[in-house]
Amino acid sequence: MPVQDLKGQKIWQRRTGRESISHWIMWLIGVAIFAFCWQRISETTTWFFVWDAPRIANDIWTRATPPRWEYITQLGQPIWDTLNIATLGTIFSLILAVPVAFLAASNTTPSRYLIRPIALLIIVSTRSINSLIWALLLIAIIGPGVFAGVIAIAIRSIGFCAKLLYEAIEEIDQTQVEAITATGASRWQVMAYGIVPQILPAFAGIAVFRWDINIRESTVLGLVGAGGIGLQLSSSLNVLAWPQVSLILLVILAAVVISEWVSAKVRGAII
Amino acid sequence: MTEASIRIGQPWRKPHFIKRPWLRWTLLLGFAAYLVAAYMTVEVNWSRVYEGLERGKKFVLAFTNPDFTTRSSDIYEGMVESIIMTIASSVVGIAISIPIALGAARNIAPLPVYLICRSIIAISRALQEIIVAILLVAIFGFGPLAGFLTLSFATIGFLSKLLAEDIESMDKVQAEAIKASGAKWTQWINYGVQPQVMPRLIGLSIYRLDINFRESAILGLVGAGGIGATLNTAFDRYEYDTAAAILLIIIVIVMALEYLSGVIRARVQ
Amino acid sequence: MLRLEKLVKTYKTGDQALKAVELTVPEGQVLALIGPSGAGKSTLIRCINRLVEPTSGKVYLGDVELTGLSSGALRRERRRMGMIFQEYALVERLSVMENVLSGRLGYVGFWRSFLRRFPQSDVDEAFRLLDRVGLAHMADKRADELSGGQRQRVGICRALIQNPALLLVDEPTASLDPKTSRQIMRLICELCKERGLAAIINIHDVALAQMFVQRVIGLRFGAVEFDGPPEGLTPDVLTTIYGEEDWEATIEAVDDDEDDIEVAV
Repeated sequence: MPVQDLKGQKIWQRRTGRESISHWIMWLIGVAIFAFCWQRISETTTWFFVWDAPRIANDIWTRATPPRWEYITQLGQPIWDTLNIATLGTIFSLILAVPVAFLAASNTTPSRYLIRPIALLIIVSTRSINSLIWALLLIAIIGPGVFAGVIAIAIRSIGFCAKLLYEAIEEIDQTQVEAITATGASRWQVMAYGIVPQILPAFAGIAVFRWDINIRESTVLGLVGAGGIGLQLSSSLNVLAWPQVSLILLVILAAVVISEWVSAKVRGAII
Repeated sequence: MTEASIRIGQPWRKPHFIKRPWLRWTLLLGFAAYLVAAYMTVEVNWSRVYEGLERGKKFVLAFTNPDFTTRSSDIYEGMVESIIMTIASSVVGIAISIPIALGAARNIAPLPVYLICRSIIAISRALQEIIVAILLVAIFGFGPLAGFLTLSFATIGFLSKLLAEDIESMDKVQAEAIKASGAKWTQWINYGVQPQVMPRLIGLSIYRLDINFRESAILGLVGAGGIGATLNTAFDRYEYDTAAAILLIIIVIVMALEYLSGVIRARVQ
Repeated sequence: MLRLEKLVKTYKTGDQALKAVELTVPEGQVLALIGPSGAGKSTLIRCINRLVEPTSGKVYLGDVELTGLSSGALRRERRRMGMIFQEYALVERLSVMENVLSGRLGYVGFWRSFLRRFPQSDVDEAFRLLDRVGLAHMADKRADELSGGQRQRVGICRALIQNPALLLVDEPTASLDPKTSRQIMRLICELCKERGLAAIINIHDVALAQMFVQRVIGLRFGAVEFDGPPEGLTPDVLTTIYGEEDWEATIEAVDDDEDDIEVAV
């Protein structure tokens, strides 16, 4: 009880004595952890560079401006590749994510104890590894290029799409499914008439949302050699061609803004 | 009566989702044309892919027999650095996000403040972590400081935006009631706004901690510290068993964080 | 035509929803199933078409024993049992026409239904039924644009287009206002008479049940407590079914019934 009786006077406190002590201890531990982390970071930092940072930043800025505008003629193909990586990757991932989602949703899974955990494992493992790491891996396996980028984006998106989709499947109205079952419909017909219409808006929303994210991610996949505009960024950085770097960054920025706008428009039209 | 008598005997077709035929066909054909064009221009070296399948198999098998020991000190160093970057950047990022979120909520902040805060958020969201990391490594040199700054910066964009949206959709009446009692602005935030958005803030913070950890795993690729460098080396040397070990650790930590966030979010709500 | 023998349903939680229910429904008879919430009305109806799997006992539809059927044979038998639901259970994002045609799913193959290529005779029948309930002009509207009463009429069409021998009706009026409730009940009973269908109607509104049906079954704790004509529902009987209450007002409400039905205009 936060109200104490002290010499006939009721004293109200937000927390009881013990609560407030444990509260303070929690804060103390938090601060200690942060201080420790900060100390480790600062140990491994060459502070001379940091104090020199404003000068270097200024130096980079003067070299990077103005952007080398005529370089844009060489960016057509990389931009097209980037778009392809994102779009084809999203399409492949959706094709793979739909069955995974149906296997993972507790109301549609064929086996709750065998198949569902496997589907959930696929979801969590593809989701927790960044697309750049997938790209690194795929480049080691199938060689550098756009194809590796497409597959990397596809794998990385499976978990994301399947997770959102299976949550949508679990939220459907079960009586609609029951009604279709009662007409004597087969398993697949129940799927097509009872379940699919209910999750279609969610599916479309997820697809467009993920496409938007994939455009962002595919712009940097080239840094590890998986094609797209990141490849140009990486080679320009390697030769310290800062005016080219700044132009590429502007192009990436524009791509991100445009894709976000498109995805917002499409989602608005669906819902 | 007439409606049915007209339509009986007529074939029935499902009404189209897009009613205007020209728009429907343009979209369909455009999409088909795009797919064909994309397919034609994506060069796939199938023989290389075929060769790679063997290595792919090796990698998958490596997961059944991950090697934690050979490079255990590298893995340990990298993991600790990743975790330290994650924690430090989450703390700093969240601390900075809160005032920016307050400034980016239209129902609290005056217009000039609102615009400034919104543009900070927009910049932070438009620039991806890895690009920011490249620039910061160029400026501050290699090491976890660049990674820490990158993640803090990214946290600001993410957390401020979502928190500001939550503040904007809060219950006005509760906040008004506090204001009506004659509270100062800071008191008003503390009593009228904070209790309403606290659960969401906690949930988002843990979610961002999770994201920061995942991102910290790639920052090493560009020299910004963390496990990414170790992972990159493992791939370069085709040491799939070590790579598998690192990936497994990442997956386990992410799963643990997700479980933790589930528990905490259930408790604060 | 429908015969239940010692039908038992025990849920996993241990709740016994049905205790050896015996029931015979002759051809063309409309009967009302009354009883308090949790008496097992819904379970009984769902055990007949095996949306809920009965624990033991037998269900005969005509000569066919339903409880032992394989899933394919069960689907064929389900076509003979139309079902109408409490919350209409229309697929909300499909059009009215698609909802009605979904009643034919047991008759057409998957790809035909997937591509929405139903036989012309089905489409014609759908229009006839929609016209009969006064909704032909709504055919291409989406189901979630309709009012409650309209939705329930679409639900009735979906059940009837199956060309059933039996209607299973689960609380058809529970989500409707009193006037629409009467209209819907009257529509169901008229359609049953027109087509010679038997029907089991779950209903908790006793007065409404008495108004329209020939036979009433009272269910309490999963057992049949009453079986007889609606006139037989005396206060004593209602007390055994529902428990102690003043029942006079409920029973008196039966006689007056003037409002005309606007369907089939």
